[in-house]
Amino acid sequence: MSVDVQERPGAASPKRKRPVWKRPLAVARKWWGQLTSMRTALILLFALAVGAIPGSILPQRTVNVENVNKYFAENPGLAKFLDHLWMFDVYAAPWFAAVYGLLFISLIGCLVPRLREHFDALRRRPPDAPARLDLMPENASWADDAAEGADVVDRLRTLLRSRRYRTVVREHADGTVTLSAEKGYLRETGNLVFHFALVGLLIGVAFGALFGWHGNRVLGEGPDNAFCNNLQQYDDYGLGPNVSPAELPKFCIELASFKADYLDNGQPIQYSAELLYGEGGGMPDETFHLEVNEPLRLDGNNVYLLGHGYVPIIEFTDQYGNVQTSNTPFLAMNPSMLSEGVAIFPDANITPDGVRDKTKQVAFEGMFMPTAPEEPPYTSSLFPEPNNPAVMLFPYVGDTGLDRGKPGSVYALDRQQVASGALQAEGEGFLLRMGESKAVAGGTVTFKELQQYAVLQTRSDPGEGIVLWSSVALLAGLLPSLLVKRRRVWFRVKGNDVTAGGLPRTENQTFAAEFGELVAKAKES
Amino acid sequence: MPDVDATLANTADKLFVATIVFYAVAMLGYALEYAFGRKAAAVAGARSKVLAGAGGPDHAETSDVDDGEDGHVDERAERLGITMNQANRAGVVALWLTWIGAALHLSCLVLRAWSVGRVPWGNMYEFIIAVCLVGVGTWLVVVATGLAARRLGLFTTLVAILLLGTATRLYTEAAPLVPALNSYWIAIHVTAAVLASGIFMVGFVPAALQIIRRRYDQVEGSGRKPRFPITLGERLPAVENLERLVFKLHVFAFPLWTFGVIAGAVWAERAWGRYWGWDPKEIWSFIAWVVYAAYLHARATGPGGRKLAPWIVVLGWVTMIINLFGVNLVVSGLHSYAGV
Ligand code: HEM
Repeated sequence: MSVDVQERPGAASPKRKRPVWKRPLAVARKWWGQLTSMRTALILLFALAVGAIPGSILPQRTVNVENVNKYFAENPGLAKFLDHLWMFDVYAAPWFAAVYGLLFISLIGCLVPRLREHFDALRRRPPDAPARLDLMPENASWADDAAEGADVVDRLRTLLRSRRYRTVVREHADGTVTLSAEKGYLRETGNLVFHFALVGLLIGVAFGALFGWHGNRVLGEGPDNAFCNNLQQYDDYGLGPNVSPAELPKFCIELASFKADYLDNGQPIQYSAELLYGEGGGMPDETFHLEVNEPLRLDGNNVYLLGHGYVPIIEFTDQYGNVQTSNTPFLAMNPSMLSEGVAIFPDANITPDGVRDKTKQVAFEGMFMPTAPEEPPYTSSLFPEPNNPAVMLFPYVGDTGLDRGKPGSVYALDRQQVASGALQAEGEGFLLRMGESKAVAGGTVTFKELQQYAVLQTRSDPGEGIVLWSSVALLAGLLPSLLVKRRRVWFRVKGNDVTAGGLPRTENQTFAAEFGELVAKAKES
Repeated sequence: MPDVDATLANTADKLFVATIVFYAVAMLGYALEYAFGRKAAAVAGARSKVLAGAGGPDHAETSDVDDGEDGHVDERAERLGITMNQANRAGVVALWLTWIGAALHLSCLVLRAWSVGRVPWGNMYEFIIAVCLVGVGTWLVVVATGLAARRLGLFTTLVAILLLGTATRLYTEAAPLVPALNSYWIAIHVTAAVLASGIFMVGFVPAALQIIRRRYDQVEGSGRKPRFPITLGERLPAVENLERLVFKLHVFAFPLWTFGVIAGAVWAERAWGRYWGWDPKEIWSFIAWVVYAAYLHARATGPGGRKLAPWIVVLGWVTMIINLFGVNLVVSGLHSYAGV
C-alpha cells in the first residue's frame, strides 16, 4: 500500500493552466503532498537516526557538563566551532527539532486522511463481488447439488462468520446471490493507533520538559546535613520553563546512614540508604529504606539514589586555639573509591579580638583512600570499603576566595586564587590515617572521623504518565499492524453453481492455503 | 551475600568452548553441502514439495527454497572426489551438530546462571552468548519449519561463531550483579533485548544473502562473469524467498525490540531517575529502532523501497553491533558496568 502522493488524482499538475490566484495554493498542495508521502517520512527517519549519532560521540551538556568543559579545554578551536552547530546539545538543537518536527508534521498529515478513510471503511459494507471472480488471485468454482441457492449462501455465511469475517449478502435481479466477506480491519486500526501513539509520546515528552524539574544533592550523613527542597540546597538542578522555584513541593530529607556491600574483588553488590523525610514542611521523621532500584515516591516527586562516597571529617586548630571542622564530601573518582576533595577553613586565624586576616586562611586539597596502601605511593585505594582510611592532604595558606561571594564549586579550591598567587601552597603533601594529626600552617590538622554521603536526585516529571501510556498504545497497535492481514472473499451462487474469489489486500503468503481450505470446507458442508 | 559456585562456573566455561567447536565443525559440513550438494538439496526440496500437499500453509513455500535447479554435474566436486550425496550427508550431520551445539550452548548459560544465582545476562560476555543462542535457536526453528534451506546454515553459523569468538575476548568471571542491575527488570528488559538481538542477527543473514543474490542475477543477466563474493549467489534461493524470510524474522524482532526499549525506559526511571536521558546506549537503541522502522516502511514504498530494504536491514544490524561493542567498550556511559 503505497501512499505516494504523486499518484494521487488531487495532486496539482503544473501543465494545466490555472488562475493566477490559485497557483500558490497548488504549489502549497504539491509540497504538502510531498511532505506527507511515505518516501519523505523514510528520508526523515534516516535523518533522525543520523542526527542522533553525534550525541553519542561528543559529550553532552545535559548528560555531563564537566566532560563538555574538558573537551573545550582540550580542543578550544574545534569545540567552539562544534558549539555553533549545537553539537554539545544535540537533542535540544534547532536542527534536530526541525527533523523531528517535520517528521511529526508529515506523520500527522498522513494520518488524518488515513483515519478518516479507515473510519469510513469500518462503516462501509464489504463491496459486491466483481463481475469476474475468476480473475481474482485466488478463485474456484464448483457445482453444489445438495441444496438450493439460498441455503448455500446461508451456510457459507455461517462458515465465514465463524471465522470472524464481516459478511454481506446481496440478492440480484437475475437470481444470483453474492456473498462478500472481509476481515483484517484490525491491521489498519492497529497501525493508526501505533502512529498516533508516537504523537502522544512526543506530547508527553514535551509536557514533562515544560512542567518538570530535578535537583541533585550530595548529602552527608546526620541531621546537620539534612536539606529541604529548594533550589539553593542543590548542587545542580534543572527547572522546566513553566515551573517557578516557589512552587516546588515542600519536603525535607535527612540521610540517617548509608551502607554499601562489596564482593571480595571490590565489585559492589548492594547500596542502601536509610532516609528520614518529612512532607509539607514537617520535620523529617518518617523513615525510608532507599536503594538504587527502589526510589522514594513522594506524591509525584521521586527521590533516587544515584551514587555514594565518603566524607572525611577534618579538623583544623589554628594558632589561637580555635577549632574548626570541615565535612565536605570527597567525590569518588573510581570503583575503588579513591576520592578527591577539599577541606577549607576560611575562619582560620581570626585573632581573639575578631580581626580577620584574609591572607591567613587555611585550605587543604586532598585525596581520600578508604583502604590506603601501607607504603607510598599513596595514590590508589586497595578496596572500596574503609578498612584503612587515610587522606593525603596538600596545605594552602592565603585567601581562599570563599568570602568573595562568588559562587563556585564547594568540592575544589578556587583555581583562580591559586593562579593569582593569593592562595599559596604551604609545603609538601602528607598522609593522615584516621585519628592522626599533624602540625602544619601554624596550627594542627586532624583526620577526626569518617562519614559517608549519598548522591540523591529529586525529580518530578509530570509527562511520564502520558509517555508510558503512549508506549503501551504503541506496542498494542504495532502487533496487529504487523501481524493481521486484510483480505476479501466473495462467493457467487446461481442455482447450484458456486464461484468463489479471494483477494489478499496486504502481503499475505498464507492466503492461498487459507482460501483453499475455505473452499474445501464450503464444498463439504 | 550470594556466593559463586566455582565448579559450576568452570563447567560452564568448558561448555562454551565445546559449543564453538560444534558450531565450527557444523559450519564445515554446511560448507560442503553448500558447495557440492546442490542436486541432493534439490531432491530434498522436491520431497518437501510432496509434503506441502499434506502439510500446513508454511510448507507451501518450501518448494521455492531450492529453486533454479539446472541439473548440470559439478566437475569441481568430481575432481575433489566428493559426490553430491556425500555433500548432502555432510549437511545432515551439520544440522545435527548444530542441534547438539545449541544444547551445549543452552547448558552453558543455565550452568552459569545457576553458579551465580541470577539471570545469565549481567555483563557483555554473557549477553553475547545469550544473543547467539537465540540466533542459533531461531535458525534451527527456521530450518525445521522449512522456511530456509539447510545449507544456508553455513552463513548463520559463521555469524554466530564470529560473535562468540569476540565474546572470548570479553571473558568475565561469573559474579553477582552490580547494584544498578540488581532488579527484576533485568529479567524483563534484557530478555527482550536478547531475544530481539538474536532474531535480528538471524534476519541479517538472509538480508545480506538477498543482496548478493540480486547482484548475482544482475551480473549473470548482463552476461558478465561474477566474482567472489557475488559467486555465492549461484547457490542461493531466489530473491523473493530470501526477502520473505527477512520480513518474517523482522516482524518478530521489531516488536520485541520496541518492547525491550520501552522496558528499558521504565527501568531507567526506577534506577536512574529518568526514563530517557540520551545515554549512549539509549541513543543507539533509538537509532537501531528508527532504522528498523525505516526498513518496514521501505517495503511499503514501491519497488525502489524494496530494493533498498535489505540494505537497511544490514545497516540495522550494523547499528546493533555498534550499540553492543562501540557503546560498551569505546564510549563511557551508564551502561558501561564494572567488568564490561
Ligand atoms: C517515527 C516515525 C515512524 C515510525 C517508527 C513508523 C512505524 C511504522 C510501522 C512499524 C509500520 C508498519 C509497517 C508495515 O505495515 O509494513 C508503519 C506503517 C506505515 N506508516 Fe509509519 N512510522 C513512522 C512515521 C510515519 C510517517 C511520518 C508516515 C507518513 C507520512 C507513515 C506512514 C505509514 C504508512 C502509510 C504505513 C502503512 C504501510 C503499510 O501497511 O503498507 N509513518 N509505520
